[in-house]
Amino acid sequence: MGIEEKLPAGFLLTTVEQVAGYMRKSSIWPATFGLACCAIEMMAVGTPDYDIARFGMERFSATPRQADLMIVAGRVSQKMAPVVRQVYDQMPEPKWVISMGVCASSGGMFNNYAIVQGVDHIIPVDVYLPGCPPRPQMLLNAILTLHDQIQHSKLGVNRVAAARAAEAAALEATPTALMAPTHDHGERRSLLA
Amino acid sequence: MAEKDKPGFFSEMFAPVGGFGVTFATMFKKVKTEEYPEVKRPTQPRFHGRHQLNRHPDGLEKCVGCELCAWACPADAIFVEGADNDDTPGGTGRFSPGERFGRIYQINYLRCIFCGLCIEACPTRALTMTNFYELADDSRADLIFTKEQLLAPLQAGMDAPPHAMADGMQERDYYLGKVEGGSR
Repeated sequence: MGIEEKLPAGFLLTTVEQVAGYMRKSSIWPATFGLACCAIEMMAVGTPDYDIARFGMERFSATPRQADLMIVAGRVSQKMAPVVRQVYDQMPEPKWVISMGVCASSGGMFNNYAIVQGVDHIIPVDVYLPGCPPRPQMLLNAILTLHDQIQHSKLGVNRVAAARAAEAAALEATPTALMAPTHDHGERRSLLA
Repeated sequence: MAEKDKPGFFSEMFAPVGGFGVTFATMFKKVKTEEYPEVKRPTQPRFHGRHQLNRHPDGLEKCVGCELCAWACPADAIFVEGADNDDTPGGTGRFSPGERFGRIYQINYLRCIFCGLCIEACPTRALTMTNFYELADDSRADLIFTKEQLLAPLQAGMDAPPHAMADGMQERDYYLGKVEGGSR
């Protein structure tokens, strides 16, 4: 994106990484984006009682083009899915996603045809937050988890190396089809043998 | 305009900066905001937080693997598979006082809605809820909690299963509260 892409790996790049991570995590502006009941708790986090501004998230940005963080707060219906994706695409890089609540994370109790079973089917999610809805402290905890991720994220050649390592690890990993089943019935074992 | 309604000299002079006085005085007011990561406001005692699988006073598990929690769960977040306790020499051992125990116990926290119906369904009070709520994670797989994560830690006087029932005690004695810790 910027000059960090041209830096050689080493002391200079890691210093830039630390500074950039600190700057980025200290002012993440969330997009105004609420889908269901979790949005009420998300709004509660914006009130003086919990005061999201303490984490540098001064206000919920009125347009996704000025937002860094998307808090998917609520169940994502199949009809809403393209809208979610469009809002995400409109956000400038670097951008992060918190999947707030069980409905956004996995479909929750709505295991049916109308609800997307996890918003990570549509957009990449950085932090999953359980709860129905999560209390405001849980959202603040998720935001702090995200801060930690951002602080330790890589840039430039280091990021390329990290992505390569992650891909190699994923290729090395045992496919789920070959994993030992959690309920190891005899017939299942004989199928794999 | 009546003469008495006319503002005085000083109030007229300080009127433009009067608002700053409000700002200045606010600095000395007590802050109502919750300072979350540093100071955590305690939850209500019956807050529905993370689950816990309890133990009998001698360390045996209370869960009997009946799967009633899994049947009660409206979100299908719980997976249980029971197995027989095996007291025979060289067997897999005894984990709970009764006939069966929960061999596999998983709760998917990305499905669980913390409604507490599993707690109501549990016949042995094996499953209860704690007030712990900091569950955010970056992986869907890590949020499926297994039995090892959900089991209550061993208290003083408890022995890690598998082990036999307390001396001279039957299954019902556990539920009558006759078994005490460290009785073995």
